[in-house]
Amino acid sequence: MNHEDPNSGRRLFFLSVIYGLWGLIGAALALPASIYLLFPPRLRRREEWTEAADMGKLTPKTPTEVVFRQNRVDGWKITRERTTAWAIKISDTEVIALAPQCTHLGCAYHWDDAKRQFLCPCHTSTFSPDGKVLSGPAPRPLDRYEVKVENGKLLLGKVVESENAA
Amino acid sequence: MMRVVVRVIGWIEHRTGLETAIRSFLYEEVPASSGWQHVFGSVALFLFMLQAFTGILLAFNYAPTPGEAYNSLRYIMTEVTGGRLMRQLHHWGASMMIVVVVLHMIQVFLFGAYKKPREATWLAGVVLLLLTLAYGLTGYLLPWDNRAYWGTVVTTQIASKAPVLGPYLSRLLGGEGAIGVVTFARFYGMHVLLLPPITTLMIIAHVFLVRKHGVAPAPGDEAKPLKKFYPEQVYKDTVAIFVAFAILFVMAVAAHVPLERLADPTDTSYVPRPDWYFLFLFQMLKFFEGPLEVVGSIVLPTLAVIALILVPFLDRGRVRRVTERYTAFGVVFLALLGWGGLTGAAIATTPKTAAVEIDFSAPTEWLQLSPEEMAGVGYFRKENCVSCHAVGDGGAKIGPDLANTAIRKSAAWMIAHFKRPSMLVPGSMMPPIQLSDPQLNALAAFLLKLTPQNASALQAAPAFAVDGALIYQANRCGACHLVNGVGMKVGPPLNGLFRHRDKAWLVRHFRDPQAVTPGTIMPRYAFSQSDMDKICSYLLSLPD
Ligand code: FES
Repeated sequence: MNHEDPNSGRRLFFLSVIYGLWGLIGAALALPASIYLLFPPRLRRREEWTEAADMGKLTPKTPTEVVFRQNRVDGWKITRERTTAWAIKISDTEVIALAPQCTHLGCAYHWDDAKRQFLCPCHTSTFSPDGKVLSGPAPRPLDRYEVKVENGKLLLGKVVESENAA
Repeated sequence: MMRVVVRVIGWIEHRTGLETAIRSFLYEEVPASSGWQHVFGSVALFLFMLQAFTGILLAFNYAPTPGEAYNSLRYIMTEVTGGRLMRQLHHWGASMMIVVVVLHMIQVFLFGAYKKPREATWLAGVVLLLLTLAYGLTGYLLPWDNRAYWGTVVTTQIASKAPVLGPYLSRLLGGEGAIGVVTFARFYGMHVLLLPPITTLMIIAHVFLVRKHGVAPAPGDEAKPLKKFYPEQVYKDTVAIFVAFAILFVMAVAAHVPLERLADPTDTSYVPRPDWYFLFLFQMLKFFEGPLEVVGSIVLPTLAVIALILVPFLDRGRVRRVTERYTAFGVVFLALLGWGGLTGAAIATTPKTAAVEIDFSAPTEWLQLSPEEMAGVGYFRKENCVSCHAVGDGGAKIGPDLANTAIRKSAAWMIAHFKRPSMLVPGSMMPPIQLSDPQLNALAAFLLKLTPQNASALQAAPAFAVDGALIYQANRCGACHLVNGVGMKVGPPLNGLFRHRDKAWLVRHFRDPQAVTPGTIMPRYAFSQSDMDKICSYLLSLPD
């Protein structure tokens, strides 16, 4: 037997088996591992609606900061955490609720009553009361909560990202 | 393109000497007799790396504290995509690792490959065997279910009984008093922080020694030309690794590893069992009672390890062919016989019906159903309702989606409809259901419980519980007993029954209640054997 001949069919057979099998093993591990790490986990619960405020307590046309507690599914835990929203009552049945983070880099913005606009302290983005970008580096309007009004209560769902070009 | 690759490789080689190192590793010369019998070491190394890989992935979704550990493992198994596969790869990989390490050792032992000058290689191997067992021991606790908890109680108790060292060992394991957060942290720390680097160092030392002395030649090899490690031996190693991996993968996909109840220190009925590879030790303990117990738990295992260490120093004769090493074969045969006998005895004496094992990694919403609703699941299955109705899964079927019936219809409407479908729904194609009134009641009760959210979880109720509930209903147990808030309080409520009763007791009690509980008004029940099994399993599965 001549093991040294690099071109012998035997050697070629060994090499193809070695690389073929290791390729299979690698694929059989890499694929499930990427799925494990990258696929979102199956959701346990449907979206919930959380009661955030009394409609009667909101001033029409002026943003009010409402603080409420919301359940958040966090891996294997469900945590109840404080969340805020800026609620603007348009009519008794119509409300906009803005997520409290600036769409630029996530700072908390606030309402400037004198100028009647939202101001982000970080890089001075400003937004109109309904969330449109007026100036500054923010790339898109403020994100909104899904809203529902039931029996005079404001119910909030999940935050929906606003469209870029709006 | 090729030129670039060659230049990059050249650059790296010039700076690091990596290529030369790899070449000299691969083109190592091995004796002419080397072959398939030498693959086990490589397989063991591969499995070790695989355990590290799956272990790290599991750690990404695992919270190493009691309670949290259980919840996060359940999350891995039921919610993370591919999580169950990862856990089962890690679980079965551990078992396979033990098997392969032992096979490796047997091979070396049979061939006498530990002889001068390879004693140190053997010793490093013995340490690696002990390390492998230590992984098994510490990893066993990490799911923090009942099995993990009680198995570890026994382990730490054994350690604490060691002569002289006992109290210190038990303090070291954090097992003084009871097993809790401290023990857990120590086991986890050992499993993921202490053992891996030690193992890696020992593997390096072991492989270095193998390379330094070369693979042990068989008598007569001197006359034959040496072979190269690559590619012929690498090919054999690869095939062996692939076979091992394929078996493991199939097991991980097909063989279900359950998650039991959350660890419960007050559960008096639990019979602890170690993992299969420790069963022989567990069984051996039964032969030693009272003060002799340490002989079985500490002395004999220690002697066995010492014997392993002494092997190369006791057997120092000249190298023989493997086919002439009768004593070695005899020793291996006896060891396997002893191990197999003890393990078999342990398995045979494991009470089959000690407790109902519910798999808590599967949906367990069904545990909250009343017996009537549960029996409804049985009729639901028997009548094969899903052949025409969707149940919250949005599939388009002939009949309406049943997961929404609760909001639309009352029980009375449903029962009337079951009997004469076309009466209430003109033109309905549904055939009338041929069941008695109480049975229709049960079916309606279950349907009222269905929502789109719980539909699949409720339908996943295990057969033993459904059958048990059918018997429960048929015998009208609910006329005296309370289960999940439904029934009467004439007799004792049955929730949490598994805490203070076992199956044997239930069977005796059913056959002759007065003999077991004098003065009881419970009538006798002469169930058939299979009905008895089902009703007992169901009753013992009822939650607190
Ligand atoms: S984060 Fe608000 S402007 Fe930059």
